[in-house]
This record gives sequence, structure tokens and C-alpha cells, in this order.
Amino acid sequence: MSMFSIFNVSGSAVSAQAQRLNVVASNLANADAVAGPDGQGYKSRQVVFETVPMGSDASSGVRVNAIKESNEPLRRVHNPSHPSADADGYVTQSNVNPVEEMVNMISASRSYQNNVEVMNTAKTLMLKTLQMGQ
Amino acid sequence: MFANLTNALDFQAKALVLRADRQRVIASNIANADTPGYVGRDVNFKEAMSAALDESNTSSAPRLTASTSHARHIPLQAQTASLGSNSLAYTAQTQPAMDGNSVDMDRERANFVDNSVRYEATLRFINGQSKTILSAIQGQ
Repeated sequence: MSMFSIFNVSGSAVSAQAQRLNVVASNLANADAVAGPDGQGYKSRQVVFETVPMGSDASSGVRVNAIKESNEPLRRVHNPSHPSADADGYVTQSNVNPVEEMVNMISASRSYQNNVEVMNTAKTLMLKTLQMGQ
Repeated sequence: MFANLTNALDFQAKALVLRADRQRVIASNIANADTPGYVGRDVNFKEAMSAALDESNTSSAPRLTASTSHARHIPLQAQTASLGSNSLAYTAQTQPAMDGNSVDMDRERANFVDNSVRYEATLRFINGQSKTILSAIQGQ
């Protein structure tokens, strides 16, 4: 039955979006992280999606191809009383932009919901097909 | 004689298979709504349906054949419809996006609901026709 592959397609999308949500969570958790003694702070990460052909021409799923680190400069905040402040009184923090991450989170959660709905509809249709002729 | 009874069912069966295929295509579009560079696809249902009907009317060589070892064996007929690559088209961008993705989520969701309603309608036609055939057989 060709409709079974809908579960593979939407399932791959759900797991990719869940991974995106995971990356958003770790970015937000480290938003205020201070760089260590080596000066290397937390760099915000982004997932890169990629289409995966699934069997036929008509169905294509999605997967996370790579998780890339942002090249934005680390944020430097003037805070001389901070224990990690350098000689000029600056503290190096992560380059996470919390507003961007919140938008990313909403987008991921909407896409997740859409794919779950697709699977539910496909399931209902298949159950009705099983009752054909009764 | 029995073929006349089931001819109408064959038509609906082909439509049902094509509807299921379209459902899969739209599910792929929704899955790839955030993939950079993905170009959405859709089924030209009219073309696909008439291609499936032509195939069964003028089938000189059925694609699926069963081996027959006796002169009076009845050959199997290939009845399944399938989506040809020429009835699969690419969707146009309604609102250009920076990442080159052409999936419009509103359109895809509308298409998805539209297609599932039509799938259920086809299913109901099949159920109704099979009930008609059953009551004709029982003659009550």
C-alpha cells in the first residue's frame, strides 16, 4: 500500500525538526555562557536540512545534513567586577542571539505539528480503507 | 458478464490509488517545508487519471503477467494505476524565499485536506457500489 510511505516521510521530518529543537535548546541554555580561560566561548549552532529520496519519485523525506557553528563574533560585555573579566574589564560571552533562537523554536514546533497532523490524517484514511466493503 | 459488474469499481479503484499517490506527494512537500532549495511537487490529477484509463483501455501488453500452464487458464490483468512521471509537476513560488524553497504551507495544507476529502469520497463510492452489487447478487 503506497500510503504507508507517508509515515516514513513525515516521520523523517518529525525527527529532523526534533533535532532542530534540540539544537535551539542548547543554544538558549548557553546564551549567557562566559568564555573559559582560553577565550573560546560557546558558538551558536544551526542545523542544515537536506532532502532524502524515499523509494519513488513522488516521496521525499528530510534529514539533518550537518550542524554548523555560527561565525558571528563572540559578544563582549563591559563588566569589570566579573571574575572572568580581562585587563580592560570586558567579559567574552557566547554569540547566541536569543530572539533568533525563539523564532527558530516557534518555526520548528509549527513544522513538527504539521507533520504529526499529516500522519494522523493518513492513519485515519488508511483505517477507513481497511473497512472498505463492510 | 462479471466484468460488467465490476467495471465501475475499477474506475474508482484507479482514482483511489492516484489519490493515495497525491497524498504522498503533498506529505513530502510538508515534510520539506524547511529544506533549502527544495521545489514542491504536485500531481496533475486529470492527466494522471486519463493516462491510467487509457492504459487499461488500450492495454496490448499488460505489465504484470502470471504464468499459465494450461490453455484454459485465465490470464491476470494488470489493473493497478500508477503515477507516471509526466503527470508529476513542480509548483511555482507564490512568495519568493531566500533559501529557494517553493513550498507554500497554506497551499499545501489546503491541498492536503482537499485530497483527503476526495479520497474519502472515492472510498464511499466504492462502498456504495459494492453494496449495490451485493444486493443484486442476493436478489432480496
